[in-house]
Amino acid sequence: MMHLDLALIWAGLLAFAVLAYVVLDGFDLGVGILFPFMPGEKQRDEMMNSVAPVWDGNETWLVLGGGGLFAVFPLAYAIIMPALYAPVIALLLGLVFRGVAFEFRWKTERGKFLWDGAFAAGSTLAAFAQGIALGALVQGIPVAGRAYAGGWWDWLTPFSILTGIALVSGYALLGATWLIYKTQGDTQQRAYRFAAVAGGATLAAIGLVSLWTPFLSAVFMQRWFAWPRILFVAPVPALVALAAYVLFSALRRRHELSPFVASLALFVLCFVGLLISFFPYLVPTSVTLWEAAAPPSSLGFLLAGAVFLVPLILVYTAYSYWVFRGKIEQGGGGYH
Amino acid sequence: MDIDALTLARLQFAFTVSFHIIFPAISIGLASYLAVLEGLWLFTGRVVFLDLFNYWKKIFAVAFGMGVVSGIVMSYQFGTNWSVFSDKAGPVIGPLMGYEVLTAFFLEAGFLGVMLFGLSRVGPRLHFLATLMVALGTFLSAFWILSVNSWMQTPAGYAINDVGQFVPADWLAIVFNPSFPYRLLHMLLAAYLSTAFIVGGTGAFHLLRDATLPASRIMFSMAMWMAALVAPLQIVAGDLHGLNTLEHQPAKVAAMEGHFETHAGAPLILFGWPDMEQERTRYAVAVPGLGSLILTHDWNGTVRGLKEWPPADRPNSTIVFWSFRVMVGAGLAMLAVGVWSLALRARRRLYEQPWLLRTSVALGPIGIVAVIAGWITTEVGRQPYTVYGLLRTAESASSIDAAAVGASLAAFALVYFTVFGAGAFYILRLMSKAPHP
Repeated sequence: MMHLDLALIWAGLLAFAVLAYVVLDGFDLGVGILFPFMPGEKQRDEMMNSVAPVWDGNETWLVLGGGGLFAVFPLAYAIIMPALYAPVIALLLGLVFRGVAFEFRWKTERGKFLWDGAFAAGSTLAAFAQGIALGALVQGIPVAGRAYAGGWWDWLTPFSILTGIALVSGYALLGATWLIYKTQGDTQQRAYRFAAVAGGATLAAIGLVSLWTPFLSAVFMQRWFAWPRILFVAPVPALVALAAYVLFSALRRRHELSPFVASLALFVLCFVGLLISFFPYLVPTSVTLWEAAAPPSSLGFLLAGAVFLVPLILVYTAYSYWVFRGKIEQGGGGYH
Repeated sequence: MDIDALTLARLQFAFTVSFHIIFPAISIGLASYLAVLEGLWLFTGRVVFLDLFNYWKKIFAVAFGMGVVSGIVMSYQFGTNWSVFSDKAGPVIGPLMGYEVLTAFFLEAGFLGVMLFGLSRVGPRLHFLATLMVALGTFLSAFWILSVNSWMQTPAGYAINDVGQFVPADWLAIVFNPSFPYRLLHMLLAAYLSTAFIVGGTGAFHLLRDATLPASRIMFSMAMWMAALVAPLQIVAGDLHGLNTLEHQPAKVAAMEGHFETHAGAPLILFGWPDMEQERTRYAVAVPGLGSLILTHDWNGTVRGLKEWPPADRPNSTIVFWSFRVMVGAGLAMLAVGVWSLALRARRRLYEQPWLLRTSVALGPIGIVAVIAGWITTEVGRQPYTVYGLLRTAESASSIDAAAVGASLAAFALVYFTVFGAGAFYILRLMSKAPHP
């Protein structure tokens, strides 16, 4: 029998799940982040309607990311979760507030502004907490034996705050370009302006994080600047520059779909950059994916289902997006 | 983790999971009910079924949303507070939860949008398919998560590796572990019964105002059929589940029954106050011999008491004795309503008897009460273990400061009471509107 590196396959699948989560929930969290900046109630209804049918599916990728980590890399899950305790709790509470707002805000006239506030604050908190968690992971987590060995506040550093801001900006960019694609008229015009601001902030944040990361650890430095590796990794920043150019020229020409695609490309490239820094560590730089992996019988059992379930999921998720294709009706009202 | 942090972590889990279970219980029942209503609409063409579908769809959407967000909390709490457990049990239960995500959560989420908002876009037939997929998703979710819970109660099909992890040896034995079929059946019936009483209470509420409204009559009648048919089945399923527990977790049954001494021809203690310190049940009101008859189906069967286990291995009888009685009492009340409705239905007075209607309104939440009491019984009753007999709760927790666990517990309590309190209020308000088109 051919030898399969199940742990590596699973690391690839989980990386895909995390990327799918970031870009999909990214745009609907982004819509929440931009919510307070849209002045009219009708326009806010349109924003909500643009993500209402799909947000739940988008968020399920987060459950797959967490559940998958638990299933196939239990040691990494057991180390990372206590290390990121506070950001994870903040993320969960943020998701509670924004998730219920989708239904609650239609159930009350008087209290609608409260749930609009919950939607915006919850989305922003969830995005910021995710960014902090990412930064805390990148800067390294101390491990002793099979457990987290750091302190309660280790996650909070200038670097993690920067990554928190970076993710809020990036999600806002995804949300703004999604709205450009899904709305029309005044809502869309405002979304163009949001996209320009969020795009500028995102690129600045990408630049800062990229310059800072190699100095966090010799491993990262070596990954990016050692000869001849630099030849292989250099296309990543070059492509980021290209995506940024496409984004801003498409915004200037008032294209509708290409700003969203360019923003997605920015996220994919940043994710590739992270993989270059991380691989093969799950907990940088102490636990590799092979060290954290569950036994082959666990990996194989879940993989046997995943190989046909994940494509099936992609098919019916695509179907759901297709059902709700096209522009959102102007003036809100819509689904409820 | 020190003792205080452990207690707080257990409280946090108990608090968040008790809130959470309400929503899946309603979602499982309502998703199936919605599928039945839409199927009846398509099959008979009667618009009243579509009206009912749209009425309950709104309530389902609110309950489902709360279930999603409170469920995500659960899937991450294993890691934050129970990381040692996660490391050790992850290779066995992790893939089961992975299958729950892949087969159930995505299916529900993928078709929920179409079900809630898509009727005019996809037409009735595809829409019905979406409703069926959502219902199937809730069932599959129950299947996998109850397999996980059952494995923790009655572990099977595992080995232990050199770093102390449980590793899978036989997946079929893991998934279909000894208590799983009973627990799955018991919980699915509980979800259907809980939903039936919520639907029935809502129908009765509107019948008391207007006894002629067809939609109110249909929902009340359907709910009472469910009560009459499922409540007896549930009692049989509960008895089978209890016998299975007696075989695999006798200490839990001893705690449920308030038995400290082992004896043949054991009494059935109806009421009393099990005192863990004094190792006896005070103020016991008992029926001689009946305990053995129920548990062993023999008047002189031997029933083991808690004193057979060292004090450190005993579950808290005070709690599970009473939570068990609350559950059984709720079950008997549901059975009584079902039987009463049959008697009135036979005399064609189902919609006119105000006392049945009032009782149904009052008992709207009775199924949920039973669900929570039942889960308290089975979860407190399997202490002091997370993986029964193998991994102690005290050895399962992360090494987190009590302050951190306490702070997050306080945050969860505050958020859950406000957010889910508001959700309950909106659901009640939706229910208080008459089911007009």
